[in-house]
Amino acid sequence: MTDQAIAITVNGERRKGRTEARTTLADFLRDELALTGTHVGCEHGVCGACTVLLDGEAVRSCLVLAVQADGADITTIEGIGPEPGRLGPVQQAFMECHGLQCGFCTPGFVVSVTSFLAEQPAPTDDEIREMLSGNICRCTGYQGIVAAVHRATELIEEATA
Amino acid sequence: MTTTDAGSAGRFVGQSVRRKEDPRLLTGRGTYVDDMSLPGMLHACFVRSNVAHGRIVSIDCDAARAVDGVVAVLTGTELNVGRGSMQPTLMFEDAANVAVQPLTEGTVLFVGDPVALVVAESRAVAEDAAELVEVNIDMLEAVVGFDAALLEGAPLVHPDKGANVGQDMPVIMPGWDEIKADAAHVVSATFNQHRQTNVPMETRGIVASFDPASGELHAYLSTQNPHEARLVLSRVTGVPEHLVRVTARDVGGGFGQKMFLFRDEQTIGAAAVYLGRSIKWIEDRRENLIASNHARADRTTVELALDADGKLLGAFVDEVEDAGAWPLGSMGGAAPAVGAYFTGAYKLPFLSWHARAVWTNTCQRGAYRGPWMMETTAREQMVDYAARAIGMDPWEWRRRNVVKDADLPYTTPMFMTYDDSISPDATLEQAAQVIDYDAFRAEQRRAFESEGRLLGVGLSLYIEPCAMGMMDPLSTETANVRVMPSGKVSVALGTGSHGQGLETTMAQVVAEELGIDIDDVIVVQGDTASSPFGRGTGGSGSAIIGANACRLASAAVRDKAFAIAAQLMEAAANDLEVSDGRITVKGTPARGIDFAEVARVAYLETAKLPEGMEASLEATHTYKAPPVTWANACHACTVEVDRYTGLVKILRYVVSEDCGKMINPAIVDGQIAGGVVQGIGGVLFEHMIYDPDGNPLATTFMDYLLPTAAEIPTIEIHHIETPAPNPGGHKGVGEGGAIGAPACVFNAVADALALLDVTITDQPLGPREVLDALMAAGH
Ligand code: FES
Ligand code: FES
Repeated sequence: MTDQAIAITVNGERRKGRTEARTTLADFLRDELALTGTHVGCEHGVCGACTVLLDGEAVRSCLVLAVQADGADITTIEGIGPEPGRLGPVQQAFMECHGLQCGFCTPGFVVSVTSFLAEQPAPTDDEIREMLSGNICRCTGYQGIVAAVHRATELIEEATA
Repeated sequence: MTTTDAGSAGRFVGQSVRRKEDPRLLTGRGTYVDDMSLPGMLHACFVRSNVAHGRIVSIDCDAARAVDGVVAVLTGTELNVGRGSMQPTLMFEDAANVAVQPLTEGTVLFVGDPVALVVAESRAVAEDAAELVEVNIDMLEAVVGFDAALLEGAPLVHPDKGANVGQDMPVIMPGWDEIKADAAHVVSATFNQHRQTNVPMETRGIVASFDPASGELHAYLSTQNPHEARLVLSRVTGVPEHLVRVTARDVGGGFGQKMFLFRDEQTIGAAAVYLGRSIKWIEDRRENLIASNHARADRTTVELALDADGKLLGAFVDEVEDAGAWPLGSMGGAAPAVGAYFTGAYKLPFLSWHARAVWTNTCQRGAYRGPWMMETTAREQMVDYAARAIGMDPWEWRRRNVVKDADLPYTTPMFMTYDDSISPDATLEQAAQVIDYDAFRAEQRRAFESEGRLLGVGLSLYIEPCAMGMMDPLSTETANVRVMPSGKVSVALGTGSHGQGLETTMAQVVAEELGIDIDDVIVVQGDTASSPFGRGTGGSGSAIIGANACRLASAAVRDKAFAIAAQLMEAAANDLEVSDGRITVKGTPARGIDFAEVARVAYLETAKLPEGMEASLEATHTYKAPPVTWANACHACTVEVDRYTGLVKILRYVVSEDCGKMINPAIVDGQIAGGVVQGIGGVLFEHMIYDPDGNPLATTFMDYLLPTAAEIPTIEIHHIETPAPNPGGHKGVGEGGAIGAPACVFNAVADALALLDVTITDQPLGPREVLDALMAAGH
């Protein structure tokens, strides 16, 4: 199998690498770029753990090939906060509301919720649950996660007020 | 949504302190096993049987071995030689155990049975090569399900055992026939519980690294129980225990699956030693669904004898569980516990039972959050069934039969005594009141009579044995509390936190006891190199066993700090107190010394220490759990069943529970909610189905359906805090949600369907099953 060279921008940094055509973006981020915050829970597009932002859109990186992302701008969980050591509003809200237990699903939820709230800053409870249904958490029973999304809307509003 | 009496809360214990784990986990800086890479590390992929039962004719590895990048293709011929027991330490000398080997030779026993292992330079190459391994199998008739296993003349899963029943425990007490003859009512029913599986979001995995020069094996694992993993890895590989190290940093859930090290991880450990290399194996989701462990899969028949007022006279329970093909440890299940704990929260004068477990050509049974939940599921479903049969409301039935405060201590017919630290009556009343039981009954009638809608309410009441002190090696935890010269504190524990937040809760306990800030405490756990032997995390035990070990070790540290401070301040040690990091004389807060200064002296100015005192400031305490600690709860929920689509919608879900003194109420609620949602998922969505030939039909998340936020209501949690008789007053809380929920949801659906005189006895209750039940009753 022949390798292909690709170049992507990840969390604001220009990264180059070589990859086989069949390598998923999730594996490329984890194995080639050592960004292990993106988790792989199913590898078939259902659990949402692998969610990253690709040119601003939330995508399942287990369903995108690395070569398809050539030239794209990617944000992973490692780059979702304002700066190293500080939490963004969605992360902060998850912490305040006990929105995570084992933390394995968490990067996917945080990235999905970040993208969702950028488009829908004042969602209803039903809209939140509907949106969250694309991600699976086996630990929390979703109680803390739903609360965290509500709390994140407040934190974002406070920050922009 | 939570009511808590925080009256007895301390500065840290009893507070919803934010978790120390969260910043790293929220920023992608956790370290799960797949995040671990070692120089020169190889990758492994199992070759598994794709038939349920058959004789291996040949395994041809030549094509796979020829692939560029393949380092080895191993079969039982290489790997099964001279292995020690793969059974869990707890049960490794049990007569019911089957001889599990790293890779199956001779006869494969389930779809997923590992027969070869490919080790290569990358995961992709290992997977490619695994496809080229040619396994030739002569198919045999598969044994799938209870009826097939118990059939006279059925093929045997383990011919050397002579039967498919691997465990047969009759505890038949005399007098049952006489009790039934005199009873006003005798009601009996059989409940089928369908097969489910744990589904941690992080699958299993291991990076095993063997250094042939030093003889050391270091395994990075996703485990709940590092010390148990070390013991069993030592047995199976022959590497002595002190040369095996197990490290688990972040663990992405387990729910029992990672409590005992399974065969696959042990096999990778053996392969690492055999090849003298580092090998990573990360289970994929299909493997996790078909070849890790399954659970539930029970059939329970209950016979109750009642007097004219509905009071219990006695019960007989017949329990059969499906243990699968290669169960680890005493059939891998809990059938006897279903009988032994069947009494639950009721005054039951007589109990007799028969428990059996059968081998089948399916994935092994293993622990899943509340492994013997069938005692609650079958009992609570039977309570509603029997109450309906004699025309009594199920709440009223429970009120008449529940163990009340005045009945305590109460000894069950199985000779177990509930002390006065339980509160089943109070939780029953609270749950029923919060769900507004009577008002709901009125609304149910109205909705049915005027609109034909099917509403239902369900209750589920239980008492859970936590932190079993009689089960070595799961009975003890040792905490080492070590103060550094700067006054900062490091706590070493043998636990295996996998979502419970033990780095936070154990630090809360230590900070509280030492009177210092929680930010000055770090808990190091999940690593055999840093901690004394411990029981890991499971069986609703860490709050009881881990926290009390921390508390008592901290108390010893505090005593020593007081002795040093007394010497330095020329005061009496028993006149001292500590808070906010400062040790002061009681009543004279101006006279004091910083805790950090005491620590400094203990290491760096040892001449100032009291005569004969050992320098340093640390203590180790091993806490052994009492034989059993009882927790209790009552769940209540309301549902609407759509009679045309069969869909069940949960309207409200209420939990009233008593886990004793809470360390961190937010974490307690999180444990309960997580367990409840697994229970709901089990009743309404999750079903691990096999076809009659033993092929698993749920191999992806498209077929094994997990609940999402869209299907789950708000879980309303209420607490009653009755301290347990241990130093911290804590009880277990990890499993209860998953124990109470299945019967609660089932009973609510059964209650709704009873409006149309439809009777159900089996789970799951997906739309198809509900419609089938309606149809069978002519609707
Ligand atoms: S790993 Fe991509 S959706 Fe599950
Ligand atoms: S926190 Fe464990 S899967 Fe969500």
